[in-house]
Amino acid sequence: MIKIVNIGMNHETAPVELRELAAVGKHSIDEVMGVIRTIEDIKESMVLSTCNRVEILFTTDNEKGATESVIDFLCRYSQISREKLLPILYIYNDQEAIRHIFRVGASLDSLIIGEPQIIGQVKEAYRIALDHKSSSVILNKLMHRTFSLAKKIRTETEISGSAVSISFAAVELGKKIFGDLKGKKVLLIGAGEMAELAATYLVHNRVDKIKVANRTFRRAVEVADQFHGETISFEEIGDQLLHIDIVITSTSSPEPIISSDQVKKAMKGRKNRPLFFIDIAVPRNVEPGVNEIENAFVYTIDDLKGIIESNLSKRKDEAVKAERMVDEEVIKFSEWLKTLDVVPTIVALKEKCKKIRQIELKKSLSNLGNLTPEQRKSVENLAVSITKKVLNDPIIFLKSKENRSSRNLYLDITQKLFNLDSNNENTNKKSYK
Amino acid sequence: MDILFFKLSLIVYLIASAGFLFFIIKKNKKVGYWSHKIMLLGFALNSIYLTLSYYQLGAVPALTFKTSLSFLSWTIIAAYIIFQVKFKLMVLGSFVVPFSTFLMIISSTIPISTITVRPIFKGLWLPLHVGTSLLGDGIFAIAFIAALMYLIQERQIKSKRLGAFYTRLPSLNSLDSLNYHAINYGFLLLTIGMITGSIVAQGSHGSYWRWDPKEVWSLITWLCYAALLHQRMAAGWRGRRSALMSIGCFLILIFTFVGVNFLMEGYHSFESLERSQLP
Repeated sequence: MIKIVNIGMNHETAPVELRELAAVGKHSIDEVMGVIRTIEDIKESMVLSTCNRVEILFTTDNEKGATESVIDFLCRYSQISREKLLPILYIYNDQEAIRHIFRVGASLDSLIIGEPQIIGQVKEAYRIALDHKSSSVILNKLMHRTFSLAKKIRTETEISGSAVSISFAAVELGKKIFGDLKGKKVLLIGAGEMAELAATYLVHNRVDKIKVANRTFRRAVEVADQFHGETISFEEIGDQLLHIDIVITSTSSPEPIISSDQVKKAMKGRKNRPLFFIDIAVPRNVEPGVNEIENAFVYTIDDLKGIIESNLSKRKDEAVKAERMVDEEVIKFSEWLKTLDVVPTIVALKEKCKKIRQIELKKSLSNLGNLTPEQRKSVENLAVSITKKVLNDPIIFLKSKENRSSRNLYLDITQKLFNLDSNNENTNKKSYK
Repeated sequence: MDILFFKLSLIVYLIASAGFLFFIIKKNKKVGYWSHKIMLLGFALNSIYLTLSYYQLGAVPALTFKTSLSFLSWTIIAAYIIFQVKFKLMVLGSFVVPFSTFLMIISSTIPISTITVRPIFKGLWLPLHVGTSLLGDGIFAIAFIAALMYLIQERQIKSKRLGAFYTRLPSLNSLDSLNYHAINYGFLLLTIGMITGSIVAQGSHGSYWRWDPKEVWSLITWLCYAALLHQRMAAGWRGRRSALMSIGCFLILIFTFVGVNFLMEGYHSFESLERSQLP
């Protein structure tokens, strides 16, 4: 019986220092795949290594032996002693292994649930396995199911729906206000790291121009250069409000820098085009009253954090839905896996008939004396079609879906009826010889 | 025969409405896509119904409250289809299609009344007057719905409680610009409707303007929308304020459409339209 096994560690089971030791980098992946492929009991295999997990997925006939060999290999490779390694490893087999890889692919096992990078990493790992020809019937099917399930979960649930980082949440809000951020003008007041990060995301969304105002001019120039923007002085901020669409403030000023009156005045000049303030500073750089002004929107760091928190808890709710979809897929895949059980029996059955046919043909043909090639051919055909037709119905019966629940019983009966057990091979030989 | 097409289109609209509601709740794009297709089918059936009734009646099928409601629901969908080409706001359908279906349902509950078509109802000017006025009304309905959506979305963003509507509704900018465009075109059609109406009146009553309540209220509606357009263009009104005003204008329009015909006597009232003699 073929088994699927998954051995690995992730951000929950292993601290980063140990994960680093076991991580398989780009340069060493070929070497590692080479070693694992040659482990005797392993039939198919795949290695997945990201900053949050290291996993080896394989199929085997000898679960115990293969598992031991893989653990031994991990000890050698990571230089972690067996005593230290075992407690941080998880070993899943069969249904649990299937469920685990489905959950990993669907980003349910990620540090931040629903983060989208993982599926790309799993695809890459599978591609490498294909390059090494270490993936075959079972892993191919398992991985394709993983990919399609991940896609289905991503589209049918909101597991990756809403932003879970400050910068993403700000960009998302910007899009809900302006529609398209393309061509919008951005002003950074204060040039902290967080403001810089938010600006980077905005640039990704093709905003037009970034202007920077900072108390220390040198830092302003530094940041402006980074975004091919320009610097302005603090005194110019009032005038700039006429043209700018998005303002990110992050200065350490104890007093607000942007006042309600200033914005009200600017609104007239800009014909009420919307103005979006992202105030990352504590204490606030933008007067709270600004949010009351029509077409002006102010989000402080606390507002953004609040959004992220509620989005995270939304994702967790959605994850429940996703887990149910995973459960369904695990059952379907296990069913398919079971259909593989009938293959050896059917093969044995066919083999047995072929053997009988060959032996009987040999006997009969020698008794029949001289035949023309056509006659000989038609006798052979007769034998082939008789065996084929006799076997046809039993094989269809064994393969049919309706009998899935009692398949093991029928397999057993078939093996006994046709005497297919391997230890009977000798007696077969005896009786025919 | 024609009533069969009415019933068929109502059933198809009901299916499309259910689809559009499912689409906005579940955010299932495929369902939205198919709902749109189904709605197009309903629109085609409704168009067949209106064409058949036009030929049967020999006049534009908007002389009774029942028929003008069903005609209005047709123009709303027509306006939606046209705006959809430019704005591609599928979620708008989740508001427009159920709204329009609701009008159809009301129309279907009103008993059919046979009317005598007076000679002045025939000819080109009356269909032009009714067609442009009602298409204008349909486009104003789109502006109204866009304004409502704007206010909901703006509330969500300002209050910082990003609820279920936040992700589903389009951006403030697209809603505001949809509202603006709809009011522009609606205003144009309303103006044409009033001009052609006065031409019809000249033909039937001998004067262009008779201070009939419908005429007066149409003028009030026209002035309101004119004021709104002026504020948008000259004073730079945008967003919340113009959304509120376009909702106010639409309420006046509804009164002009429904209230005047029932509450006030005049040659526009459906009661007098159904009579065979001129008042």
